Formats: sequence, structure tokens, C-alpha cells
Amino acid sequence: MPTPLAIAALLVVSLAVYALGRRRVGRLSEGQSLHSLPGYYGLWIALWTGAPAALVLLLLMAGGPRLESALLTANPPAVVAAMPSETAQAFWSDAKALADGQSTTRIAWSPDERKVLKEKAAEAAALESRIQLGGQAAALVLVLAGFLLAWPRLAPQLRARNRVEGWIGVLLALCSAAAVLTTIGIIASLLYESLRFFHSVPPLDFLFGLDWQPQIAMREDQVAAKGAFGAVPLFVGTFLVMIIAMCVAAPVGLFCAIYLSEYAGPRTRSVIKPMLEILAGVPTVVYGFFAALTVGPALRGFFNYIGSWLVQGPFDPLGQYLMAVQNEMALTAGVVMGIMLIPYISSLSDDIINAVPQSLRDGSYAMGATRSETVKRVILPAALPGVMGAMLLAVSRAIGETMIVTMASGAQARITANPLDSVSTVTFQMVQLLTGDQEFDSPKTLAAFGLGLTLFLVTLTLNVIALQVVQRYRQAYD
Amino acid sequence: MTDPHLSPAAASRLKARHAAERRFRLYGQLAILVALGFLAVLLARVVHQGYSTFWTHSVTLSVYLDPARIDRSDLEGNNFDYLAAGDLLKRLEVNDDALGLASGEAMDLVSRDIGFALLDRIKADPRVIGTTLTLTVPVKANADLYYKGQIRRETPAEDRKLSNRQIDWLDQMKREGLVKGHFNSGFFTRSDSTEPEQAGVLGAVVGSALMLLVAALIAVPTGVLAAVWLEEFAPKGRLSSFIEVNINNLAAVPSIVYGLLGLVLFINWLGFPRSAPLTGGMVLALMSLPTIIIATRASLKSVPPSIREAALGMGASRTQTVFHHVLPQAMPGVMTGVILALAHALGETAPLLMIGMVAFTPGLPETLQSAASVLPVQIFIWENAAEAAFHERTAGAIMVLLAFMIVMNTAAVILRSRFEKRW
Amino acid sequence: MVMSDPSSEAPLSGPHSMPHDTQVRATPVAAGASSQPDIKIHCAGVDAFYGEKQALFDISLDIPDRAVMAFIGPSGCGKSTFLRCINRMNDTIPGARVTGRIEIDGQDVNGKDVDPVVLRSRVGMVFQKPNPFPKSIFENVAYGPRIHGLATSKSELADMVEVALKRAGLWDEVADRLQQPGNGLSGGQQQRLVIARAIAVQPRVILMDEPCSALDPIATARIEELIDDLRRQYCIVIVTHSMAQAARVSQRTAFFHLGRLVEHGMTEEIFTNPREPRTQDYITGRYG
Repeated sequence: MPTPLAIAALLVVSLAVYALGRRRVGRLSEGQSLHSLPGYYGLWIALWTGAPAALVLLLLMAGGPRLESALLTANPPAVVAAMPSETAQAFWSDAKALADGQSTTRIAWSPDERKVLKEKAAEAAALESRIQLGGQAAALVLVLAGFLLAWPRLAPQLRARNRVEGWIGVLLALCSAAAVLTTIGIIASLLYESLRFFHSVPPLDFLFGLDWQPQIAMREDQVAAKGAFGAVPLFVGTFLVMIIAMCVAAPVGLFCAIYLSEYAGPRTRSVIKPMLEILAGVPTVVYGFFAALTVGPALRGFFNYIGSWLVQGPFDPLGQYLMAVQNEMALTAGVVMGIMLIPYISSLSDDIINAVPQSLRDGSYAMGATRSETVKRVILPAALPGVMGAMLLAVSRAIGETMIVTMASGAQARITANPLDSVSTVTFQMVQLLTGDQEFDSPKTLAAFGLGLTLFLVTLTLNVIALQVVQRYRQAYD
Repeated sequence: MTDPHLSPAAASRLKARHAAERRFRLYGQLAILVALGFLAVLLARVVHQGYSTFWTHSVTLSVYLDPARIDRSDLEGNNFDYLAAGDLLKRLEVNDDALGLASGEAMDLVSRDIGFALLDRIKADPRVIGTTLTLTVPVKANADLYYKGQIRRETPAEDRKLSNRQIDWLDQMKREGLVKGHFNSGFFTRSDSTEPEQAGVLGAVVGSALMLLVAALIAVPTGVLAAVWLEEFAPKGRLSSFIEVNINNLAAVPSIVYGLLGLVLFINWLGFPRSAPLTGGMVLALMSLPTIIIATRASLKSVPPSIREAALGMGASRTQTVFHHVLPQAMPGVMTGVILALAHALGETAPLLMIGMVAFTPGLPETLQSAASVLPVQIFIWENAAEAAFHERTAGAIMVLLAFMIVMNTAAVILRSRFEKRW
Repeated sequence: MVMSDPSSEAPLSGPHSMPHDTQVRATPVAAGASSQPDIKIHCAGVDAFYGEKQALFDISLDIPDRAVMAFIGPSGCGKSTFLRCINRMNDTIPGARVTGRIEIDGQDVNGKDVDPVVLRSRVGMVFQKPNPFPKSIFENVAYGPRIHGLATSKSELADMVEVALKRAGLWDEVADRLQQPGNGLSGGQQQRLVIARAIAVQPRVILMDEPCSALDPIATARIEELIDDLRRQYCIVIVTHSMAQAARVSQRTAFFHLGRLVEHGMTEEIFTNPREPRTQDYITGRYG
């Protein structure tokens, strides 16, 4: 039977056991008082019956297909072993598709291969049913064992509530562990794939290489040309876009926060804050659209216009250059990313400025300071660590932002400090490398994980520092 | 004050201070204005480009199914579009030339829908062959753009997608009442297509809904229970502070990294299907988990300790206290956090690109494991499309996405304002 | 005492001017040639509102120069609100509104031409909780002179800081660590630092809002000594919860109750022979 159905069956059995346990303890307790409410006894025995088996079934559901393909591909027949790796992959996926009665790829297999394919499909089907059967048998054994072990201990003296609460505690702790497991998962998966990448491209070449041309290595005749995976141009591009974004977002966001917390009355606040929240809630793909179709052409028009004034004057070369500016450039992506970060910086800074105790403001006003003097000389110095933390968080977000640069920064990986150049960022290249046709062994695809690992480590460092700073700041005024 | 005889130096200094104050205030107002201005420009741009999506034009044609021109042995092989084009030309009183150029140009004005519709009718009942069928189908995207004024006659013929003759015909069709403008319901009842006039957002909306459902089913219980453990049960010590730091950092990890995690863990290692709502939902679940935990903890913290003490004082166990009293009190705050986290997940694109959600998916997803499209990715795909008619559809899809976001955010704001009144 | 006495132009004349004079003469520094103390602050018909809620009702009161006036009364009686009216600190609270007349040296503080910035530089204020800025001790005291541009050179600024710290009795304790952060000091020192900060701009009036309520008895005693010292040069208004403190430091006392000024006069008289039964009840501890 399919695993989801088995899980449903298990649920029904557990419910039945719950009712059974409840009734039994009710009967046992004739005259005696129960330690806990009858429901807890039912729950206790249902947990013993159902929980271990449920765990097995869930594992089966998550890991079954993987186990199946591992067993299937363990000893490849000679025909398959001779195939190039992509073809072999297609072969195995066709075998599984045949076994499941789904449509196969359109590769025309030779009669020999077709024969092997049919054999393997049959083997896959057999394997699948064997794994399923094995798992479900194990689950059944656990159900019976749990029930039979727990049933005799069902007695009115049993501290059923405490036992059930113990189970609940374990469940809650497991949920918290999910967060830690996510981190471990991220690190493990990035490390694993990056290490494979660093097998073909030395890490130093990757981190300090000045030339980024991943497509070169794609061609079969060119064995991973040296220097084709130098990520420095991407780091420079990312940094350039981030700097532009922060130049827009930091002053505007900070002044928004100052105005909202120090100048605006409650009514103004209640109007402006939700509007800034809307700005914060706009999906990044919409910002990308805005960048590509509005900001890019507007900036381009602006620079072309200035260029047309300068041509044939004393600044002719500059004019020519400005005339040739395109939509897609670092400035476009940076400006729009800056707009995206305004509400983020503003709300973080607003919180931080509000945490500055009112007594400091009173002290300053009572000295005859104006509002701006109070802000500049008392509030901002007091809030500085927190504001710096907020800025670092924004930087980390700018570095990791993907859609805006994908849609608006252009594609050329080059080392430049000119905001009017088209640049390429780390996230943009990750999208480029991982969308479209994939083969998992080529350095081209794996390079994305090298970039991902770098991105993760950089943002993690920024976040750790920023969160520490903000937390210390909070404690100082608590 | 108090001293009307300020020295001139002091008076001018005071003037300068007040000027600085006004300048500073102005900077603040400018900043707000800039932020809100960007919002206004962004929304205006989207609406300006997208509103025309919701209006479209359809043409009504009577097609004579000439038995002589229909090959009954291979129904699918017949070119019904051509048949319909002939009918259109007849209505326009144009004679086709020997090469069939006029028919070809006429075919370019009517959606391919007409061919499929005719085929379906014949398949359902072959007896219709020899009769005349009257059908209403959308006009081709370019014709629609002409009616909406986005393609103009004044543009030199080589720069526009319609020939002079086609434009004449379109005008004639409009005059003779063959074409009618109406609300574009097709945009909401169809899925992606290579033909702009046949493309809609239904598939993407369903895909997004399925994915959000998966994400919510996984992330909400896990996140809430994890927060309950951390806030109410966990021994305060190294372990819990480690988990806390961990969660705060996870919340700030770039979303694209979650996409890589999904690609490696779910697709490569566990063999999940690519591009499926199940996989996407699990990635989004991992992504929203830290946000939900943080929001839930904040909400649990704000429940006054007196409630816990009261319940414990009545002899309730800690578990009972938490689940009977504290959690229900914190629920509005939890729901606010959950809705905001899910709204954010709804608009997320980058991680989904990593798990292969850029594939062209014309139909509705049948199961959680079949390929699907989602709204933000649909926007991304259409934004890259070459046809001009997809531009308005991109903005139209953005309007749909923003409508969902605004509904979710409003719900969160309402919940929060109710919640704030309580303590 | 009738609260809404419009003819309170010279309320200190009449029956209770005699004991006051003796009091003033007892402190030789403040003893002027005149038997009439200078009126520094003159208030008439002051009402204050927080939004819809009226916090002060028709307060009329004269506050003399070079003396300490104490405001006493139960919590929420409006004494702090009234204090904050004098230097218009209520302006910073959204929804707060003050009507009536408050004059300092004959000029209405709520007048149109009055700049609260200048007003507050003339009227220093000390708060309940010591609130040194998160800056060095020196910068804390130099804050006022800096923003008001009182010093023309660095050495002049340093002199001003030194004078203010000396006057606040803190110089000897902090002279060797002026560059250390102000919040590193003890609570009592912080409060004296804040007083020094207020003095540094050479105000004419110093308002103190329960300056000792966050301090231990020893620190409180030092502050009270300081207040007694400062009285020779400034008009001081102090809000206090402690009747003992009011009796110790002030020459005149005003008793507030439910937003109204119930009674005011010489401290001794208020404490020994109050005219109003409510004052009597409060002083003897029946409520408050």
C-alpha cells in the first residue's frame, strides 16, 4: 500500500487505541480515583502505539526514493557504465519513470540499451515494492510491540499526564532542533558541493582570480581553463551595487526614522508607518520589474541627455560615453535596492531611536537645545551602536538580494568602480549558473555553490556582528 | 526670551540655530517624501502599465465547416485557423490571393483559440461538419494592443507588428461590430501560454496557493511549538542562547541560500521533484521558520506573567498552563507574525529559481509533486518575454500579487491593532 | 487661600510677610536691603490640559528669587505638571496645552515672541532620575555652553565647566577624570553632574523634579546641602514627595491637590499651622 495511505491507516489505529485505552482505564478505576484525566491514559497508549511507527513511515517517505535509486545504480550494467554521466542519469530516470508508468525522456535508446532499460525498470519496481513492504512491516511490528508493551502497564496509578507531557516536551524540543538542523543543513550542503567545486578549481584561484568566464569551461575541448572561475569581478560588482544602495538607503532611511520618532505627531506616524510597511512588503521581483522598466530607462535617458549636451564640446569623450549608457548598469540596481532598503533601515533605526530613554531627551530640551541639536548631539551618539548594527544588517541584505540585480544590473563580470557600467554580482551569477540546463558534475554548476558558500559566510559574519552590537545596545538601555 | 536685550551676537547665533533646526526638519520631511514618492511612482507605474490587462477584445465569427475542406480521417491535422480566416475575409469582403497571404494576415488577427474550439466541437459531435458555427474568441495580442491604442497607425509600418492592411481590417471589424471589448476574465481562468492573449495567471495562483499551503502546514506548527519550547520550557542556559543566536542569524540569511539548500538537500539528496509545489513549499517553510519563531516568542513574552501564575496556582501543570492559557492569549500576535511571514514567502522568487521553477508550465498543477508555476516567478518569466503584449500582463500579474499581499498585510494589521488593545 | 485670586499681584504682602522677612534675614547672603523679596516668577490663572483631561485648575502663585520653593502633594496632584509649565517642557508632550499667565521677570513665557530654546537656557531643570548624556563628564557639562555658544574659546569653555562643577560640589571628586563617561558615576554624583550641567548655562531659575527620589539617604543629604547653597544665587523650585525634605530645604511651600493649589505660604507655617484641613490631613499622613 502507498505510504500516505499507511500513515492514514496508522492514524485510524491510533485513534482506536486511544478510545480503547480510555475505556479500559475507566473500567479499571471502578471505585479508585485516577491519577490523571482518562483522556491522558488514552493519549499515552496511543502515543506508544503510533509514534514510533509514524516516525518510520515518515523516514520511508522522505528517504525511500533515494534508497531505491542508490540500490538500483549500485552495480551499473556494462552498457550504462560506458555512457557519459548525463546520459547515464537520463537512463536511470527513464528506468524509474518506466517502473512508475510515467512518461520517459525522448532519448532514443538503442535496442541493447532498451533491453537493459526494461530489466532495470522491472528491478526498480521490485525494489520499490520491497522497500515499501519492508518499511511498512517494520512499522507494523512497532505498532504491535508498542501496544503490547504499554497495555499491561495501563493502570489507574499510572501518572499518565506526566508521561504524555514528557512526550510533548520531546516534541517541542525537536521542533526547536529544526532551526539548528536548518543551519547544519545549509552548511553541510554548501560545503559538500563547494568541496566538489574546489576539486576542479583551486580555492585561491576562485577567491583571488580576476577573470570570470564560466562558459569557457563548458566546452568539452577546453578543460576548465585556468582563471575562468576568478570571482573577484563578482565581489567587486556586488560591493559596488551594495555601496550605491547604501548611499541611497542609509541617509533616507535614517532621516525617515528620525522624523518619525522625533518630529512626527502620533497621527502622522499612524499614516506614514503603514505606508512604509507597504514599501517593505513589496516583493523583490516587483522591485526588479521597476528597475528594469522604469528606473533603468529613466537613468539612461538622463545620462544620454547630459551626454548630448556635452558632445562636441570640451568634454566630447565624456559626452560620447554618456550617450552610450545602457539601461542595465550598477546604478540602476543600486538605486532600486536602496529604495527597497529604505523601509528596512527606517524601521530598524526607528526601534533603536525609540529605545533611547526619554529622560535623555528631556535633559537636552531642558538645557534649551533645539530638536535637531538634541538629535545630533544626544540621541544619535547614544543610538550610534544600534544604528551601526542596523546598517550592517542592511548591508547583509543588499549583498544577498537577488532579483533586482538579476533583472537590472546587466551581466558583464568586470572589475569596475564606475556605477554606469554593467556589472555582475554573486547572486546574479548563482541564478545564471543554476537556471537552465544542469549537469551536476560540471564546474559551471558547482561554481554556484562556491559562490553560495562565500555569500553565506560573508552575510553570516555581518549578521553575527550586527546582532551582537544591537543586542548589547538594547541591554545598555533596558 | 525673558531678556529682550539679547546681544546682537547671541541673537544672530540664535537665528542660525533655528535655521539649522528648520533645515534638519526639512531633511526629515524630504526623506519621508522620497520614500513615499518612490512608493507612489512604483505603484503608479505598475497600474499604468497593467490596468489594460483587465480589458480585452473578442471577435465573433461564423465559420462554415465546409465538408470539402475538412479531412475527417485526421481531424487534428486540419488547419481550422485557416478556415476561420477565410470566413473573416469573406466578412471583410476581401478576396484571398493565390498565395493565401491575405488569409495568413487574417489568421494573425484571431487567437489560435478558434482552431481548438472548432476541433473540440467537431470531436464532440462530427455532425456539425457542413453547418455554420458561431464562435466568440479573443483577438490576437497585437490586434488587442491596437484596439487599446498601444500600437498606432502613425507608427511607420516597418516598426509595428501589424501591416497597414491588417489595421484597415481591424478598423472595419470594429465598425461592423464583429469585435467587442470586455473584461478580461480569461486572465484569471487560464494558465501560462506562449501566446499572450491566451496567457493567464490561474496556474500561477494555484501553484502559489499550493506552495503556501505546504509551507504553512510545515512551518506554522513547527515554528509555534519551537517558540513555545524556547520561551516556556527550555532551560535558560548555553543551549537555549545558542539556539536563539542561531534563529536570529537564520532570519537574516539571504533567501537564495535557502534555494541552494533546497536544491542540494531535497532534490539531489532526497530525490524530490524539481519545480514542484511540494519542494518549493518546503524551501519556503524553512525560510519562514525563523521569522515565525521570533514573532511567536515576542508574542508569548508579552503575555503577563500573572496569567501563568494564576494557572499554576490553580494546580495546572506547566504544559496545561501554556496550552490552555498562555498560547491562546498570545494567538493574535502569533497569527500576525505568521501572516506576515507567509506574505513574505508568497512574494519570494530567488530560492524558487534555484529549485528549477523557471520551467514553462502551461496547465494547472495536478498534484503537489507535479511541475507548477508561482506568481512571482510567472512575473519574472513574463518580464523577460519578448512580445509587447506580455509587458502589460507582467504588470497585471504584479497587480494580482500585490492584491494578495495587501489583503494579507491588512489582515495582519487588523489583528495587531486588536491585539494591542488587550493589555 | 483662594485659588483664583486675580488680585494676587503681591500675594506676599499682608499677614505672612513678617515671618518671611525674618526668614530671609536669617540667611545673611540673601539678605537684601529690601524687606520685600523680589518676585521671580509670577503665575496667574494657569490651566493645563493633556488632551481632554484637565491637569491643572487655575493656579496663581508667586515664586520669590534667591529662595527655595517646594511643591508638595499626593501623586498625580499636578505639581510636576506645573513645574514643567514654567520652562515649557510640556511643549514636548503631544496633546499638552497650557493657558494662563506665567511671567518670569515680568515676561510671559507663553508669549508669541518667546523662544522656548532661550527660555530653557534661562530656566534649568533637574529630573527625578539622573540623566547624564552618554558622553564624558566634561562633555556633559560643556553641552549647554556649546549649544548656546557661550564660550568663545576652549579655555573659556574649560573654565565654565570647572566653575559649574565646583558650584555643584563635584569638582573635587571628578577633576582627575573629566574624560570618563558620565554614567560611570554613582547615582548621587550623577545627579550633581546634572545640576552642574544645568548651572553651566548660567540660568536664573532652577527647577527640580523630585531630584532625590532615586538616591540613597547620604547622597540625598549632599544634594540637599547643595540646594541650600545654590539658593543664594538662584530661584529654586523643587517638587518633592518627602515632606521632611520640603521642611529641610525650602523657605516656602505650596500644597497641590487634584490639580489645584490648595495652600501656599512660608514652609514653617504650612507645616505647623496649615489653614486648610486637606493640607493638615496630608501633612499628618492621612493620605498621599
